[in-house]
Amino acid sequence: MKTENTSTMQVVNSGLAKRYAKEKRFRMLGIGAVVISLLFLVILFSSIVGNGYTAFRQSVIVLDIHFDKQILDVSNLRSANYAKLVKDAMSGLFPDVTGRSDKRMLHRLVSSGAAFQLQKMIIKDPSLIGRTVEVRVPADDEVDMFIKGYIPRNVPESERRISDQQMAWIDRLVDSDRLERRFNTTFFTAGDSREPELSGIKGAVTGSFFTLLVTLVLSFPIGVAAAVYLEEFAPVNRWTDFVEVNINNLAAVPSIVFGLLGLAVFLNFFGFPRSAPLVGGMVLTLMTLPTIIIASRASLKSVPPSIREAALGIGASKLQTITHHVLPLAMPGMMTGTIIGMAQALGETAPLLMIGMVAFIVDIPGGITDPATVLPVQIYLWADSPERAFVERTSAAIMILLAFLILMNGTAVLLRRKFERRW
Amino acid sequence: MSPNLFLVVLLGISALAYRQGKKKAFASVTEKSQRLHSLPNYYGVLTALWCFIPAILIFLLWQLFSDFILTGIAMQDVFANTPHLSPAEQNLLINDMRNMVAGVVSRVDANPLVEQAVERYLNIRVISHMALGVIMLIAALIPGCWIYTRIKPEFRARNHVEQIVEILLILCSTVAILTTVGIVLSVLFESIRFFQQVPLWDFLFGLKWSPQMAIRADQAGSSGSFGAVPVFAGTFMISGIALAVAVPIGLMSAIYLSEYAGKKLRAVVKPLLEILAGVPTVVYGFFAALVVAPLIRDMGLTMGMSVSSESALAAGLVMGIMIIPFVSSLSDDVINAVPQSLRDGSYGLGATKSETIKNVIIPAALPGIVGSILLAASRAIGETMIVVMAAGLSANLTANPLEAVTTVTVQIVTLLVGDQEFDSPKTLAAFALGLLLFVTTLMLNVVALYVVRKYREEYE
Repeated sequence: MKTENTSTMQVVNSGLAKRYAKEKRFRMLGIGAVVISLLFLVILFSSIVGNGYTAFRQSVIVLDIHFDKQILDVSNLRSANYAKLVKDAMSGLFPDVTGRSDKRMLHRLVSSGAAFQLQKMIIKDPSLIGRTVEVRVPADDEVDMFIKGYIPRNVPESERRISDQQMAWIDRLVDSDRLERRFNTTFFTAGDSREPELSGIKGAVTGSFFTLLVTLVLSFPIGVAAAVYLEEFAPVNRWTDFVEVNINNLAAVPSIVFGLLGLAVFLNFFGFPRSAPLVGGMVLTLMTLPTIIIASRASLKSVPPSIREAALGIGASKLQTITHHVLPLAMPGMMTGTIIGMAQALGETAPLLMIGMVAFIVDIPGGITDPATVLPVQIYLWADSPERAFVERTSAAIMILLAFLILMNGTAVLLRRKFERRW
Repeated sequence: MSPNLFLVVLLGISALAYRQGKKKAFASVTEKSQRLHSLPNYYGVLTALWCFIPAILIFLLWQLFSDFILTGIAMQDVFANTPHLSPAEQNLLINDMRNMVAGVVSRVDANPLVEQAVERYLNIRVISHMALGVIMLIAALIPGCWIYTRIKPEFRARNHVEQIVEILLILCSTVAILTTVGIVLSVLFESIRFFQQVPLWDFLFGLKWSPQMAIRADQAGSSGSFGAVPVFAGTFMISGIALAVAVPIGLMSAIYLSEYAGKKLRAVVKPLLEILAGVPTVVYGFFAALVVAPLIRDMGLTMGMSVSSESALAAGLVMGIMIIPFVSSLSDDVINAVPQSLRDGSYGLGATKSETIKNVIIPAALPGIVGSILLAASRAIGETMIVVMAAGLSANLTANPLEAVTTVTVQIVTLLVGDQEFDSPKTLAAFALGLLLFVTTLMLNVVALYVVRKYREEYE
């Protein structure tokens, strides 16, 4: 205090500007924090979409394939030399290419899957033999990348995967409308493959479906039953306390530890098959149970006691009260919790790596004991692959995964809105 | 006969039992004055349950242990004929046989001994299936008939059914405990085997981690070294970076959203932030490896620093983004739980909003905030996919966040993914790391819950 007669108000007023500035700064910090988090979200999503949207279109080369009778032996259609048909057609488009290595470079523009495609066509319809048909075969992934602009033209030839000559051929193909971009159906109908242009997510999506099916079938009844017991029947004692603490702790155990449990108990002790959706679903069940139990208990708690008392009052037994009155009222909340738990399970990767669902599997699984992989693991596998074309496929697979998650969480929100009751 | 067919048959028998039980209940009432104790359905359900439960229990037990027992019997001869096999070789033979039985591997030009075992396995499997069918049938019919004979009007069927249901409910609620026990036991057993080969002291305080065991004894570094310190140092560094990102941003967002933002803004921003928590971690891993790590490396290059392309900074940064919502939504809850009267009191004394927050609200909400930070830390330590995809593989004891470090979870994944022999210390080390990871996160969780509970101010 400077002088005797400075009043309190003066002291306050003198510091006011500084305090207001501080207030403003603090507020800006808050806004900054929110903006930064939202910015992260935007960057995350835009980088995924920006990298991935091109994967939904795929370059194909239009070839006039002559199904030569000499090459296609009717008695042995499976092992005929289909690759030669493709090569002949390519050479037909570029008659000026003669050198051996030049030809090899030319043939490399077409995916190795083209031969299988022709094989399938012939086996389906043998009457094609001897005719010339216009066929769209997938271009090699490097060609696809070049067309999509991921391989720049202006870098020195040694630093790109496409030679100058191949570039010229591609330009000629484009000019003569032989190279087009079409919707990438392979991506949705094929299993995994080492060749990016032949790989698809169907196997992984089917694997995810079977895994989630096992998870749902196991975790929903067990979770609801456990919640009903803890909320409605359990006496308050040390045992139930212990169970509760356990459930809360399990909810925070790192997911990879569940993978260790699955490996040691399900695979090594009980000898269940490796890489199977059955085991994956069991591990994920243990992981999602706490979520479902906690949500179901909250939902049971929100059913007012008057409902129970009314039912008991007219002579229903405890179990009748619960199954006839409490459970139906609590069901929307339980379903919401289950869907959220399923969404978590769908995005989970780490525990599934432990139980061998990380194998390279081409076939589309047909049941819960077939070897399979799941969508997030497929993303992990593709993210590890060196080919440039897998980057866009990884991003596209992530987009599909996120779409499923948004769908599930959206359903949960809708369900909650529609059935939420205030008593 | 496939065992799955037994299930269908069992369901049929149970349905029949339900009908018969109900019928008998009706028939048992002969005089008009007599009344059934329970609704007729309960008599049916009780009969059906008595048929179904014993048989299904036997079926499940068989499913769990049949492979184990059958393999044992089938391999008996093989092992008796070749006594010199090491356990690893035995495992190899067992795997061969399993693959052949499953039809994964063709049986052409196989080891004749294994071939024999496969034959044997398939033979006794057929026998065991038949035995299973008979036993299941007996286990369904005898209890079912027994309870059927007891059905009388005064028989308390409803009470019996409810008792059975309650037992089932109790069993379901113990799954959580079984899981915990399973985790502890599975991790502990393998860890004990590990510590028999590698001393506990070396593991906890060793400064060198290189789990690669050489194949020949005379090779360099043949023993492999299992010092967990660099692995944990890496884990804590990456988690520390993550917390350094997530705590300020998460806390300030929570404060802004609960104290400053209007209702509408809050209703939009809060779910958006929670999306960050719902994005699968593999997506973050991809993002870290594809976008963030190259970005940081390029920035480092322009500033003249050498940055590893698997720098701890990139992994930590992305992990920080992931745990922002963990910090913000929990902190938001505790800040909202601080009663309005405290704010009003502070405003009444002339404090500005930020002064109120700093001097009144945060101290009041501190236990909850600390709890949320601890939970976020435990989440960061246990996080796997981001570090697997964006952090390094080789253990590196360093304090420089621009270098590549490895973490516990990365080591577990690299040690256990792919083909492994189950006895080598390399595989067992993963379980020892898992044990440490479990204990660390468990302690963090327990402390977090304790802090929240113990220091929560009650305003009533």
